[in-house]
Amino acid sequence: MSACVQDAPLPHRPAARPPVRPGWTGEPLRLAALLAPAAAVFAAFFLLPLVRLILIGAGGTAGWSAYLTTLADSGHLDSLISTLALSAGVTLVTLAVSTVAGLFLVRNRFPGHALLVALLTFPLAFPGVVIGFMVIMLAGRQGLIGTITQALGAGKLVFAYSMAGLFLGYVYFSIPRVILTVMAAAEKLDPRLEEAARSLGASSWRVVADVILPALKPALISAGALCFATSMGAFGTAFTLATRINVLPMTIYTEFTLQANIAAAAALSVLLGLITWAALAVARSVAGTSVAAAG
Amino acid sequence: MHSLSNRRGWGFWLQLGFTLLVCALLTVPMAMSMLAGLTANYFVGLKSGLTLHWVDEVLRVYSGTILLSLQIAFACLACTLVLGVPAAYALARRPGRIARLVEEMLMMPVAIPGLATALALIVTYGGVGDLRSSWLFILIGHVLFTLPFMVRAVLAVMGSIDLTTLEEGAASLGAGFLRRFATVVLPNCRSGILAGSLMVLTLSVGEFNLTWLLHTPLTKTLPVGLADSYASLRIEIGSAYTLVFFLMIVPSLILMQGLFRRGRPSV
Repeated sequence: MSACVQDAPLPHRPAARPPVRPGWTGEPLRLAALLAPAAAVFAAFFLLPLVRLILIGAGGTAGWSAYLTTLADSGHLDSLISTLALSAGVTLVTLAVSTVAGLFLVRNRFPGHALLVALLTFPLAFPGVVIGFMVIMLAGRQGLIGTITQALGAGKLVFAYSMAGLFLGYVYFSIPRVILTVMAAAEKLDPRLEEAARSLGASSWRVVADVILPALKPALISAGALCFATSMGAFGTAFTLATRINVLPMTIYTEFTLQANIAAAAALSVLLGLITWAALAVARSVAGTSVAAAG
Repeated sequence: MHSLSNRRGWGFWLQLGFTLLVCALLTVPMAMSMLAGLTANYFVGLKSGLTLHWVDEVLRVYSGTILLSLQIAFACLACTLVLGVPAAYALARRPGRIARLVEEMLMMPVAIPGLATALALIVTYGGVGDLRSSWLFILIGHVLFTLPFMVRAVLAVMGSIDLTTLEEGAASLGAGFLRRFATVVLPNCRSGILAGSLMVLTLSVGEFNLTWLLHTPLTKTLPVGLADSYASLRIEIGSAYTLVFFLMIVPSLILMQGLFRRGRPSV
């Protein structure tokens, strides 16, 4: 594809760039041509369908106000609120747990260190359904927690098939990712700052609270936003645990498949997409780095 | 910075205990599920004996889903390489507002829940020919979802090397663009391409959020089969199936961890 654009006229280049050398003519066109296939696929299979989805959401009798009236449905509103609360809780717990563990692993070296890091980051790419099964293994009817509580004579504790199980699942899913982010950020900290604080007489806790945590703030914000967005939009774990769990992705799925209410499903998923996208965009502008959800 | 806090006081042991507890939370269920897949009767426990019977059963019933997942994953890898590496190169060569905007746009399928993307694909292309019942429909979803990971992994490496100088050197020796791209750009980015490829394969094999809505009874992937088996079959079969899934993704997870340790940017 490059040969044909080689002889194209040379557009003006920004002054800051070095002078053009022979053989570099037509570069902008070539770059555009290299980007074109990805852009075409993206436009045809993502942007166009997304616009279609947004229009369908507004295509009911209520028109564009459907995006607001869909929340007047108390079921939908409940599901939105419980999903927001769940995601916020998961984010806080995951950040706290991962910061403690991540900082500890960066600040200490001991035998088995590498193995521990490897084990902690291993579930990074597990799909939601498998996470759901892990929760069943822990807290399901034949799960570990129930067996232990029963052995202790406290009765069988089973909470996998509820919001608590989903909470555990999302924390499980998010810990590896957040630990990696915390460790990467903590490794870049300037040790002289900590030495200075110590030489001024600061205790370990003061060093953590006044020096290390503020320095980690951008990383924690971007990891937290990622965790929040993933918990808002994930579907597989809830699907594995119980279809009765009232979270937004399950509501959308039910509207679409069982009620065949495509307009409501479209409106709700556009709303959900806006929330997750906004969470990541806000984090990006605060933290200055690119973040993205997965899973 | 580790030397300072290495006094190994009670704080050290407390934090070590906590970290080990977190590690147990993550690994104990994995170990339990692997063991359950090899246990003759999970309800009775290990004393019922170890067996490969359940794994055999899974391979017999679900081999179609495993093969389809591998087929989609490698097709997805091919697509993301062909689309993503040139795109990353274009973005790296012209950093600026437009490149940032394009990168931002390409990230959207990851920022927006797979459920929404799948619904959008169904309402737009669900009625086009036989696409709805073809595995290509799932492939489209997977390419959208994994492309950003390939672009970002390659872009991160391209950003850390002086591509312009390398290329100018080759150009001054008379190398045309295709030659420069194949012999200078690609070899210098191979760690990024490798990291991106592993990520794409792993994510595609495990993708469920999009796939559950896009699949049909004739195009069931591994995670779809997993969800089926968790919902309807005995725990040993679900566990054995999960074990097969672990065995499929473990090689790429280990390779990825190796890349992370070498200080490659995480994706």
